[in-house]
Amino acid sequence: MSVISAYIINKAGGLIFSHDQPIHSPEVEAIFTYPVGGLVLEEVDRNVMVKFGEQQGIQVGYSLVSVNGQPVTSRCLPNGENVLKFLQNPANFPVRLKFTRLKASVNERIMLLSMFHSIYAISVKLSPEKQSSGIQCVEADTFKLHCFQTVTGVKFILVSDHKLSKAGELLNEIYKLYSDYVLKNPFYSVDMPIRCEQFNTNLAKLLDSVERSTYLGPSSGSV
Amino acid sequence: MTVYDFYIFGRNCECLYYKEWVRQKQAGISRDEEVKLMYGMIYSLKSLLSRLSTTSAKDSFTRYSTSTYSLHFFETPTGLKFVLNTDKDSQGVREALSYIYSKIYVEYVVRNPLCKPGEAINSELFSSQLDNYIQTLPFK
Repeated sequence: MSVISAYIINKAGGLIFSHDQPIHSPEVEAIFTYPVGGLVLEEVDRNVMVKFGEQQGIQVGYSLVSVNGQPVTSRCLPNGENVLKFLQNPANFPVRLKFTRLKASVNERIMLLSMFHSIYAISVKLSPEKQSSGIQCVEADTFKLHCFQTVTGVKFILVSDHKLSKAGELLNEIYKLYSDYVLKNPFYSVDMPIRCEQFNTNLAKLLDSVERSTYLGPSSGSV
Repeated sequence: MTVYDFYIFGRNCECLYYKEWVRQKQAGISRDEEVKLMYGMIYSLKSLLSRLSTTSAKDSFTRYSTSTYSLHFFETPTGLKFVLNTDKDSQGVREALSYIYSKIYVEYVVRNPLCKPGEAINSELFSSQLDNYIQTLPFK
């Protein structure tokens, strides 16, 4: 049972809290000869990403992190040369490339979760049934996204794998932690980004207990 | 399972087919605008989940559920999108959508010389076969 990340969105759709569980991202390193035919690489934002093709465990969406052991920063090698130009030159081959699935940056998350906020509202509008709530759970192939909206419009989002049961209870527990350590904090203004140490610690403790399967339900918990 | 409604979208954002069986609440906007909104929502949700995925960008969304309904999504490699709204607790809808594509859409639309790809589906045979199949799905 594992949680991948947790987010809180305020009533305007802005991200006010984000927490990632330490998850090991798969890193794949492989040796390529000229030309790199199996993969199509493309510059996306400040990364070089695989746009098309799959080889030796490297899938679409993986980013290039190192070339011959040297780290790639902002699409360039440490000596300043652009990586894609480097890979066009046959004299540089065979080359050892390392790919990994990078996590979304903070700005990207803010944007993605605001998008989710709008999609939530649209799902209510397009509902074929009356009095529908918004999206409570979205399933993808490898993960699930759970959402709980409070009466004040604050959304608690949990991204987890398919094994997590009782996500609803877990979201309720996070809501309790929020109302205890965030809302009762006199220095916190509503709808602002959350910077409360106690909330962070207790949330980490809660998610760790879920991870280790020692979470017994809402009756337990020493919070 | 109770099936509420059904949409088919083509590759170029057009709605090829829409059918409703039990729908208690209309969207409050015209049918054209509603299908565009539905397409936009599906497209955004797909790209959002693909970016949030920790394994690969090909992770596609299969369904979402709210407190009253469940939306099931099925996309073929050719870009054809099937959207089915059912009640909250239905099981086996992915197989149903797969069947609708392979045994009903392919048989009565793709193999129909009068149905051109990219155009709205007007085939009555397709409509009636779809209806028959949906009626055979188990009601709980």
